[in-house]
Amino acid sequence: MLKIKNLHASVEDKEILKGINLEVKPGEVHAIMGPNGSGKSTLSSVIAGNEDFEVTEGTIEFLGENIDELAPEERAHKGIFLSFQYPVEIPGVTVTNFMKTAINETRRAQGLEDMPANEMLKKIREKSELLEIDRKFLSRSLNQGFSGGEKKRNEIFQMAMLEPKLAILDETDSGLDIDALKIVSDGVNRLKSKDNAVVVITHYQRLLEYIVPDYVHVLLNGRIVKSGTKELALELEEKGYDWIKQELAV
Amino acid sequence: MAYTEEELKKELETKEYEYGFYTDIESDTLPVGLNEDIVRAISKKKNEPEWMTEWRLEAYRAWTEMEEPEWANVKYKKPDFQAISYYSAPKKKPQYDSLDDVDPELLDTFKKLGISIDEQKKLAGVAVDVVMDSVSVATTFKKTLAEKGIIFCSISEAIQEHPELVKKYLGTVVPKKDNFYAALNSAVFSDGSFCYIPKGVRCPMELSTYFRINQAGTGQFERTLVVADESSYVSYLEGCTAPMRDENQLHAAVVELIALDGAEIKYSTVQNWFPGNKEGKGGVFNFVTKRGLCEKNSKISWTQVETGSAVTWKYPSCILKGDNSVGEFYSIAVTNNYQQADTGTKMIHLGKNTKSTIISKGISAGKSQNSYRGLVQVQGRAENARNFSQCDSLLMGNECGAHTFPYIETKNKTAQIEHEATTSKIGEDQIFYCNQRGIDTEKAIALIVNGFSKEVLNKLPMEFAVEAQKLLEISLEGSVG
Ligand SMILES: Nc1ncnc2c1ncn2[C@@H]1O[C@H](COP(=O)(O)OP(=O)(O)OP(=O)(O)O)[C@@H](O)[C@H]1O
Ligand SMILES: [Mg+2]
Repeated sequence: MLKIKNLHASVEDKEILKGINLEVKPGEVHAIMGPNGSGKSTLSSVIAGNEDFEVTEGTIEFLGENIDELAPEERAHKGIFLSFQYPVEIPGVTVTNFMKTAINETRRAQGLEDMPANEMLKKIREKSELLEIDRKFLSRSLNQGFSGGEKKRNEIFQMAMLEPKLAILDETDSGLDIDALKIVSDGVNRLKSKDNAVVVITHYQRLLEYIVPDYVHVLLNGRIVKSGTKELALELEEKGYDWIKQELAV
Repeated sequence: MAYTEEELKKELETKEYEYGFYTDIESDTLPVGLNEDIVRAISKKKNEPEWMTEWRLEAYRAWTEMEEPEWANVKYKKPDFQAISYYSAPKKKPQYDSLDDVDPELLDTFKKLGISIDEQKKLAGVAVDVVMDSVSVATTFKKTLAEKGIIFCSISEAIQEHPELVKKYLGTVVPKKDNFYAALNSAVFSDGSFCYIPKGVRCPMELSTYFRINQAGTGQFERTLVVADESSYVSYLEGCTAPMRDENQLHAAVVELIALDGAEIKYSTVQNWFPGNKEGKGGVFNFVTKRGLCEKNSKISWTQVETGSAVTWKYPSCILKGDNSVGEFYSIAVTNNYQQADTGTKMIHLGKNTKSTIISKGISAGKSQNSYRGLVQVQGRAENARNFSQCDSLLMGNECGAHTFPYIETKNKTAQIEHEATTSKIGEDQIFYCNQRGIDTEKAIALIVNGFSKEVLNKLPMEFAVEAQKLLEISLEGSVG
């Protein structure tokens, strides 16, 4: 589904991604861990097509097609979704209106008609129940005055609404309380199928007890330096990153 | 909101000004220039009574003594008032019994404007008094209104048919000598609308006027007078579009509102005069005096969406004369390319317990300059006057400007005045967030701008809000690099 080959990306002439290789197949869950500033969010931004970053080398393939030249919205239309580490506020635009616009823009790009209002409402009801979101919440301005945890839950609500093929969850767990973490993870798991894939970026093993990864990758200084199964996450939790750095130095 | 976005897309594709077409209707035009004879000629052409002619002449004489104001934060080449023709009326001017009798070319213009009167008739409760090049050509729904005793007609007709009302109220809120443009308008106003709601009557429909400048080199001097008698209610809509022109066109309207005891007037405007092209060439100069007078327990709300004009100078105001009266001003002003706007309001608190609210949203893009200028004045007798003002500016790009000039004058210690102001920029992170959800940049801007303007858009009647939303999007088209 997603094939990243030798990806280099920089911002203001500073190289941040230094040759990433990653393949995600349908049905898989991948976890990416790594110290602060190692390039995890940058990687997700580059996959989503953020033009702040310049791709200097390498390619990204999605569903067998090179997407290097595609605008962010075109990538979204193809089924790439990013749950932001820091969701952005848009004053005066309600969650509902935002979702309606997003869904219809995507449908239009796929040559479909707008989603009929009753279908939209049904979907909103269904997905807000899945994530235990109070419907009043959906008439508030997007992310404005939302608590940290509310923002994250709202990101997953959007994911549920848009039903992407590939979802990248950038530290969705940070800010969520224990109950919310469970609700959100359950939501993600229920949306999971053999046809879609999830990449979770996290600092904590706890999330991976709920969303169980098939693979765990360690991103260090712009490179994936180690990959393994879910046991690797446990090891990292226990020992931190120094041992990997030492391994590399050898 | 339910607007058809396909339509919008098509409109966005049109690079040139949406309504930049010109109707070729034979016109009967006075020679250019202005002097007492011209003023008399205008009055005569309109068959006006002697008192009206005198009224105009007084205004003209006052005008000749006045200087064009300099203080607004706008720069433009002053119009040559002697190079303008002050009267132009369609030549064929019969009284129509039905739309079938109307000049087909005119009907065609309506169609292009998307306001075919046939359609309007079917539209929920909207009566349209169309002002086209100075003379009202069609008035609908008069009968329904007449049954309630409501008068809604052109001001020329009102001068003929209801002279006592016109005489009593014309110039009482905006005196002839109020300011340079008001004096000019008083001398030469060609036409406009008149509306009277009798005591205790709630006007059952939105009253709506569409304006349009149509004759090359003709200034437009509309005059509107709305009188809401005791405990009555009316919602009045004013909207306009203008054809593309190479030379600047002057528009100097005067609107007077009178809300008698317990009455309420809602006055909504969507203004879309030709703003000039991308290089700042052409475009309408819009110098408008709008003012309302509130008697006891009455309320006047001004709501406006301003997207057009090369230069706009406009301050819809309320004189809160009666105790417990309420004045409101909700405004969205958009400037793009080389547009300049200096708009705002004046709330003059004279009565006790008077209340005013000002919500102003300025959106600047391109190389435009957008200024808010507001005055809140509390007089000595105005115990417990309250005002809340909020001025928000949204900037797009680095070459435009937003300015806020709030003036507060209080002569009463019990006054409570609150002023809030914010300036924000559309962030690249906001755009990327939208993009990531499948919303392209143009649409993302529209979404963000609509969100920013929502408090004001919500004050407009539904069908107007939809139109206004489209206008915002059209006028900001191409403003992101
Ligand atoms: N727009 C930018 N301009 C300059 N430097 C940037 C920019 N974006 C990211 N960086 C830098 O790139 C590096 C990687 O940042 P990134 O956000 O990808 O880290 P991360 O792995 O997600 O960290 P965290 O775990 O703290 O979220 C950091 O050193 C960061 O300062
Ligand atoms: Mg990060």
